[in-house]
Amino acid sequence: MITFDEVTKRYPDGTVAVDRLSLEAPTGEITVLVGPSGCGKTTSLRMINRMIDASEGRILLDGVPVEGIDPPTLRRGIGYVIQQAGLFPHRKIVDNVATVPYLLGWDRRKARDRAMELLERVGLDPSLAGRYPFQLSGGQQQRVGVARALAADPPVLLMDEPFSAVDPIVRTSLQDELLRLQAELNKTIVFVTHDIDEAIKLGDRVAVLRVGGTLAQLADPKTLLSRPADDFVREFLGHDRGIRRLQFVPTSGLELRTDLAVAPGASGPDGEPWHLALTPEGRPAGWVPRDEPERLERYGTFVLGRDSLRSALDAALLSPSGCAVAVDGDGKVVGVATRDALDRALAEAADG
Amino acid sequence: MSWLTSFLGWLGEFFGDPANWSGPGGIPARLTEHLEFSALALALAVLVAVPVGLAIGHTGRGQLVVVVAANLARALPTLGVLVLFVLLLGTSSIWPVIIPLVLLAVPPILVNTYEGIRGVEPELRDAAYGMGLRGGQVLGQVLVPVALPLILLGLRLSAIQVVATTTVAAYTGLGGLGRYVIDGFATKDYSSVVGGSVLIVAFALVVQAAFTLVQRVTVSPGVSRRLKVRQPPARKENSR
Repeated sequence: MITFDEVTKRYPDGTVAVDRLSLEAPTGEITVLVGPSGCGKTTSLRMINRMIDASEGRILLDGVPVEGIDPPTLRRGIGYVIQQAGLFPHRKIVDNVATVPYLLGWDRRKARDRAMELLERVGLDPSLAGRYPFQLSGGQQQRVGVARALAADPPVLLMDEPFSAVDPIVRTSLQDELLRLQAELNKTIVFVTHDIDEAIKLGDRVAVLRVGGTLAQLADPKTLLSRPADDFVREFLGHDRGIRRLQFVPTSGLELRTDLAVAPGASGPDGEPWHLALTPEGRPAGWVPRDEPERLERYGTFVLGRDSLRSALDAALLSPSGCAVAVDGDGKVVGVATRDALDRALAEAADG
Repeated sequence: MSWLTSFLGWLGEFFGDPANWSGPGGIPARLTEHLEFSALALALAVLVAVPVGLAIGHTGRGQLVVVVAANLARALPTLGVLVLFVLLLGTSSIWPVIIPLVLLAVPPILVNTYEGIRGVEPELRDAAYGMGLRGGQVLGQVLVPVALPLILLGLRLSAIQVVATTTVAAYTGLGGLGRYVIDGFATKDYSSVVGGSVLIVAFALVVQAAFTLVQRVTVSPGVSRRLKVRQPPARKENSR
């Protein structure tokens, strides 16, 4: 656990970057520091591994004040990932990943074996090990950056806007990868971003900081979205806060209709403007309008129980019938969530 | 084409004369002298300029030294300094020649070493410290390898200048390849002038080539980007 105890960072010119910040980053969880530029989020992060020293207050690592630890020793025990990856251009990928093990005096071979293992862990082809950083794409470099931070298996990982320099598609895949890794590794992660969507997606807990380095709110994403502490947080969360909240509402409680899904060859139920045609395997084929039985219209699906109400709503909006198709993990149709069913679920979500 | 004929004639005369290939005035001896003076001057300059350049570049303290050195390099008339030192110290030793050569060689090495270290991307420095490297390790394991092309460029510029200027050292009565040119002019022995000039040019080219080779061997392909950029397999990035 990382504890900020009334931490202040004041620069010689009098600027206060962080103002009496107190918060805890619990062990095994992702704590995201988010806020506009000038809110001191990066400064706060860098005070943990003493890249910057606090002016007042203490930062404790599992109860031990970091100020008492020699900075290089402290840093070797903490993974650090920065924007642009910061890989050493003159070293091969495998040696970049093995940086900290080398520093810790590991046997060269053991360090390299470990590096190879980590490359696979972060989803990189082992054939990249012998390349140099300039031969890799931005997204691949960032994965190497994560692998390097994990090399000596530190319990704590500090990530300073690690994914902000890559394009949105790669960013999404890197975020998913981080969540997958975290499910396996259970590190104590402090993650800095200015992107509230990223914060909500990744954070177990999100600390919203305001300019001047004070804490505006510390909460789990769901609480943050449903009960913002003040106008600053509300504004920072943006206008589609209500929609985003739906990603925390499960679909398991949705009422489904099974009579609208029709096996091949059969006709739809009477009085319904649309029915869903199924393939012989039970997968969706398309929506069929009652008066044109030969037509197949596009459909949207969500995985029942796994996807959120936001996905279900999205699926409904993609279908001309206005209904979302619920499927199981294999893509087989379980039922159909109609507008009415979604409306009722939305009304419940708004109450809770 | 008469100039070419006489040029080739002089060349043939100079290189064809067996007397020019042996003894203290022979080509091997003069070449060795030239190499010795240049190498000594360059080595001393490296000993002074590289550590100072690394220290200033790494700590950011003493940047004024670099500015002064850079300006001196432009302002200092080499021949003037050479003559001055000879007048002050006499010609009984090689130092009146070596010292001006060192003074000439220091600024390019100092400035390029400093600029090389200074110019390393701040994120890289940050990452190195963040990984837990100590100050000396950051310098030795990250900054120097990354700045090496510029450091070597400084060395090469200095080496070329020193080799060229060592020729002038012959004015003061010292050996080296310059002897052929200066003595040749004095005695109107144009085959000696032409032969000496060709030797000096060839020597400078060999020095260039040697540095290119050193650069090839010592600079990481990741820094020089000499390797072809192979397109990495696309499957990992897109499939997840």
